[in-house]
Amino acid sequence: MTTHRPWWRPDGFYVYAVLYLTFIYLPVLFLPLFSFNDSKYIAFPIKGFTLQWYGEMINNPSMLNALGNSVKIGLVVAILSTTFGLLAAKAITRYRLPGRGPIVGFIMIPLVIPEIILGISLLILISLANIPLSLLTVGFAHLLLCIPFSMLVLVSRMEGFDRSMEEAGLDLGENAWMTFWRVTFPIVLPGIVASLLLTFTISFDEFVLAFFLSSIEPTLPVYIWSSLRFPSKLPATLALGATIFLLSFAIVTFAEWVRRRGLRIESTPSI
Amino acid sequence: MRGYTMLSPTFIAMVLGLAMPLVVLFTLSFWLQEYLDFIRTFSFANYFEFFHKPIYRKLLLKSIRISGIVTIATVLLAYPMAYFIAFRIKKNKLVWLILITVPFWTSYLLRVFAWKIMLGYNGVINSGLISLGFISEPLAFLLYNPTSVVITLAHAWAAFAILPIYVSLEKIDRSLLEAARDLGESAWMTFLRVTLPLSLPGVIAASLLVFIPTVGDYVTPSLVGGPRGIMIGNVIQSMFGESQNWPMGAAISVMSMFTVAVIISLFLWGTHSSRKRIA
Repeated sequence: MTTHRPWWRPDGFYVYAVLYLTFIYLPVLFLPLFSFNDSKYIAFPIKGFTLQWYGEMINNPSMLNALGNSVKIGLVVAILSTTFGLLAAKAITRYRLPGRGPIVGFIMIPLVIPEIILGISLLILISLANIPLSLLTVGFAHLLLCIPFSMLVLVSRMEGFDRSMEEAGLDLGENAWMTFWRVTFPIVLPGIVASLLLTFTISFDEFVLAFFLSSIEPTLPVYIWSSLRFPSKLPATLALGATIFLLSFAIVTFAEWVRRRGLRIESTPSI
Repeated sequence: MRGYTMLSPTFIAMVLGLAMPLVVLFTLSFWLQEYLDFIRTFSFANYFEFFHKPIYRKLLLKSIRISGIVTIATVLLAYPMAYFIAFRIKKNKLVWLILITVPFWTSYLLRVFAWKIMLGYNGVINSGLISLGFISEPLAFLLYNPTSVVITLAHAWAAFAILPIYVSLEKIDRSLLEAARDLGESAWMTFLRVTLPLSLPGVIAASLLVFIPTVGDYVTPSLVGGPRGIMIGNVIQSMFGESQNWPMGAAISVMSMFTVAVIISLFLWGTHSSRKRIA
């Protein structure tokens, strides 16, 4: 298949891929550019290089507070939704449950409802029940949104593996809990990691639910939303965006490096 | 029994956080707002207003049109890319998949804002065209219209279209394609009669993943849409904000959900019957 084409007649697919990547990258690349631009205004022409906005970012307690809130909610939501999802996924894949189809369909509903509808219906219920809005209400909403994603990831991982391994564990005298811990858990672990990462990311970047359900304590996206309306706050926000982006890039690269090392160790024959 | 016990935490959370709120939303849509209180008597007044003021119907239809165009554009643009990664890339597929998702690690709000930088009065495109000497004055029509909403949404949701299509293409048994070629089909006919139908589940999933969230979006229209780019989500949001009319907002939400559900059912029914015809 690999034919060497002359440079003036490149493979159409490659040209398309490059154009497509340009389309999805180009707008996003201007964000870090303006975080180094020596001007309050996010507009051309570019003025000059400055690190001022990164300084403002570090010295902006309300922004860092919002970041802290988002990290807290993200961690709790990731752990809870993965736990719920793990239990539910085990129930669905390991037990015969009459009425399973409708139940699963019901749990997946948050995936097919526009978030604004989910947000306002929760807002109505919460205010009719006289519950004050707080980070807790945001976290609860994020949990609802994340459980279906956890379940999708974990069900597909659990369906993949051989039940007889669990049965062997039980036959060899382990109790149900130890079987789970020593057999099921290691096999499902990649699914658990994937679910934690996915749900943290969803919660961390979620804006609509947080917009309706937060009070004076903002999450990071709610803070960003307010800074989009006040141009003077914007460059520091862009600086934070660039920093978060670099951090997540580093984490993913590191995770991939660890995974590859793990694969190499697994594949070396043990004596 | 143990199975139900394990399912119960999730189930209870969903009843509390999903079923009850939706019931309450539906109930509220039949109430009325009086200053800060609700009048809790059953009334069709909100639905009456929805059908008698053309603005609501117009905005709902416009939102569906915008989302429909976004969905078609996103899926059409994503398909060749997914095809490229699934069939042309032999090594390092994961690298390509990561390459596609990297831009989406930026906050959704900032990604939408990025298009203000691209299309704005002193933005990338205007400054570029001026410095190249094509125009002398910035073009004001680039931003704040339905087209800029479409472009921004198509960009923001690109990854959601590529991944499901890629997965369904990757699953296709390659020997089927070889069989089709051996039996004398051309490359193009093989694509139309084997690859495309087999990748349809991915295309359907991609369409729903893009269409459903974009119909209700109010972030993108309020950042890049301008007055002409307003969508139904903006109206719902304002009913729960500045306009302070929650029951009316609830009624608009119920009507929007109902309309979207009908459209999706028609779409699924249409794709299902066309697949049957092929098979």
